[in-house]
Amino acid sequence: MMAFQRILFTGVGGQGTLLASRLLGETMMEEGFPVRVSEVHGMAQRGGVVESTVMLGGLEGPIISNGEADILVSFEPLETLRALPKCHEGTWIISNIIPIQPFTVRLGQSGYPDPGKWIAFIKQLFKNTVAFNAESLARQAGTTRAVNIVLLGALIGCGAIPVSPEHLKRNIKEKIKPKFVDANLKAFELGLAQVTK
Amino acid sequence: MHPLITDNPGKKMLLLGNEAIVRGALEAGLAVAAAYPGTPSSEIGNNLFQLAGEPEARLYFEFSTNEKVAMEVAAAASAAGLRSLTCMKHVGMNVASDVLITLAYIGTKGGMVIVTADDPSMHSSQNEQDNRYYARLANLPMLEPAGPQEARDMTKAAFELSEELELPVIIRTTTRTSHVRGPVELGPLPVTKQTLGEFERTPGRWVPVPGVARVRHKVLLEQVEKAQKKAESSVFNRIGGSGKTGILASGVAACYVHDTIMELGCEERVSFLRLGFTYPQPRELLIEFLKSVDKVLVVEELEPFQEDTLKVLANEVKINIPILGKASGHFSRLYEFDPAMVKKAIADILGLETKGPKVPDLSRLPELPMRPPSLCQGCPHRETYNAVKGALDLLGYTPRTIYPTDIGCYTLGLLPPIQMADYLLCMGSSVGTSAGFSVATDQKIVSFIGDSTFFHSGISSLVNAVHNEHNFCLVVLDNSTTAMTGHQPNPGIKLSPPGYEKPRVPIEDVVKACGVKVVRKVNPYKKEATIEVFKEVLAEDRLSVVIAEAPCILYYKRVGGKG
Ligand code: SF4
Repeated sequence: MMAFQRILFTGVGGQGTLLASRLLGETMMEEGFPVRVSEVHGMAQRGGVVESTVMLGGLEGPIISNGEADILVSFEPLETLRALPKCHEGTWIISNIIPIQPFTVRLGQSGYPDPGKWIAFIKQLFKNTVAFNAESLARQAGTTRAVNIVLLGALIGCGAIPVSPEHLKRNIKEKIKPKFVDANLKAFELGLAQVTK
Repeated sequence: MHPLITDNPGKKMLLLGNEAIVRGALEAGLAVAAAYPGTPSSEIGNNLFQLAGEPEARLYFEFSTNEKVAMEVAAAASAAGLRSLTCMKHVGMNVASDVLITLAYIGTKGGMVIVTADDPSMHSSQNEQDNRYYARLANLPMLEPAGPQEARDMTKAAFELSEELELPVIIRTTTRTSHVRGPVELGPLPVTKQTLGEFERTPGRWVPVPGVARVRHKVLLEQVEKAQKKAESSVFNRIGGSGKTGILASGVAACYVHDTIMELGCEERVSFLRLGFTYPQPRELLIEFLKSVDKVLVVEELEPFQEDTLKVLANEVKINIPILGKASGHFSRLYEFDPAMVKKAIADILGLETKGPKVPDLSRLPELPMRPPSLCQGCPHRETYNAVKGALDLLGYTPRTIYPTDIGCYTLGLLPPIQMADYLLCMGSSVGTSAGFSVATDQKIVSFIGDSTFFHSGISSLVNAVHNEHNFCLVVLDNSTTAMTGHQPNPGIKLSPPGYEKPRVPIEDVVKACGVKVVRKVNPYKKEATIEVFKEVLAEDRLSVVIAEAPCILYYKRVGGKG
């Protein structure tokens, strides 16, 4: 039996976190692993924080307690910081570095922490950190909307979960609208290369 | 073809709990369904809505104007012999409860399932009421799935159970069972199903005048007794292990217990009773369980529903062992559980040490800016709020204006920079509470309600306001959809989902028919003109309704911008 693994996806409403966790979940299921995926629907999707989890190894509970995430896939650097309490020393952290300012910052109610400084802080504390500009890779692939698939590629690239890139690519072909498939496949490859290079 | 009607018995699909409920219902031969959307139940209605558009599904579905109407539609379909379903969020059950309690008396014919989706921690709700009490209040059987596979299995079983008992059966989920995906093994879809009912007139059965109701109440209690026998041997209630420490759990809490037992490797030391058929409680099974252990930890979110029952039972049969849970302080009645909390409680009563994961020191992290949800960029509600504020400023009313609000995206008008939401109770409360404020104060009152919420429960309060001469300005934010829950249609919409051709009920006509004399319509994107209109109506000292008509931009983009 495979070990317990708790994967946390976090991002901002509209970034496609749910599609990424669902694609991973479906691929794991097809590989024959027990899997649970939790999603956030409703009010948070209006620009709030959208979290999802993928739980492996026979875990049934959909929530991750503090210190228990084995992998964090974050679509936005502020949300990476917010999710750090969920991580432990050995957590794989895969993070986009391009900020999306919350409206509380736009209104001047609070300041946005300097991403460069804090990414360095994260790298110091968590040795398995991969932080990069997923947005530019997605743009390179053909659509900035594919940030989610770039990050999914990086997740598979880090080798922490037993699933083949080919299987995931097959699912991208099957489950994403035909006209976006090519861009998303490219996004996946670029994300993958980001970690394996 | 909709993925939920692909007939692939034995195949596994990664379904949301809500989708699994739909699949279970389809496998059971569901013929008529009706719902009002509400998180976390919405995906049930959304899927049924899409399915009803496909002939292969042989299904009637409607978005009804509110949960009460939806339950009535489903109840009557059942009385005519068809299998029916209605689903709602927890507070929707309050709206439908008038139907529910008496429906339990007169009972059902075709299997009928009522899904209530609770929201512990209030991710998208105004309270976290525990709807399990509705099962007890109405005396109706209740099943609670812990995961998607069970959601499918229980829904299917609920139809059978309902038909056997001639009672509706409640399926109660929570956010973490409705919105969790897991592999679900599909069963076969029915080859034939009854889609045309026939109602047999039997007033002694279906019209609960006192003489009939007295008989039916007795019948109900007899049926509940039968339901209890069913619960005793239900496959959804099962005990694992034979240790001396008992653990009883249901719903998602049972998942946390399961994970903890696996992680701590304490299978030998516990007896774990997973309760899925949760009302009426399986009395004999619980007594056997109590006898077999020397203490019990009850793990359930929200209220001590099972815990209290267990205590009463233990007292009745004179079993004096500790029953731990909420009263003992192991768990809170507030919010959803965190798995670490469950692990700690179980480790504690077993006297086990749990070594926490090694976490780096994060004390240097700065305070992080919050990211609350907010109105989309370009949302028409923003424009309307700004126009109202502009007009009130010009008239000098702003400092003493009260803004009763309602439920929808526009409730986010609570947040800065808008901050025009002062008082809220429930769906439709903007209208009734405006009346109350107008009687109790001499303040200016401008209240906000969405189109869907207006149809849900704004109309009767508006008639009341006309008749009792209340004085306020009601702004109907008509964005042509039910936006917050995922863009479901409502009777007033101009912008229809593809293929949706139903007669429109324009809000303006309804408002005028209610007897409101000052009725205006604005396009909130025309800023100056909108401010002018608000200035005019607010200067008048009487009831007025302004309909701010502009489609939700998110929805407008989704349906391709065709009006
Ligand atoms: S979904 Fe529509 S109504 Fe809701 S905030 Fe966005 S634009 Fe406004």
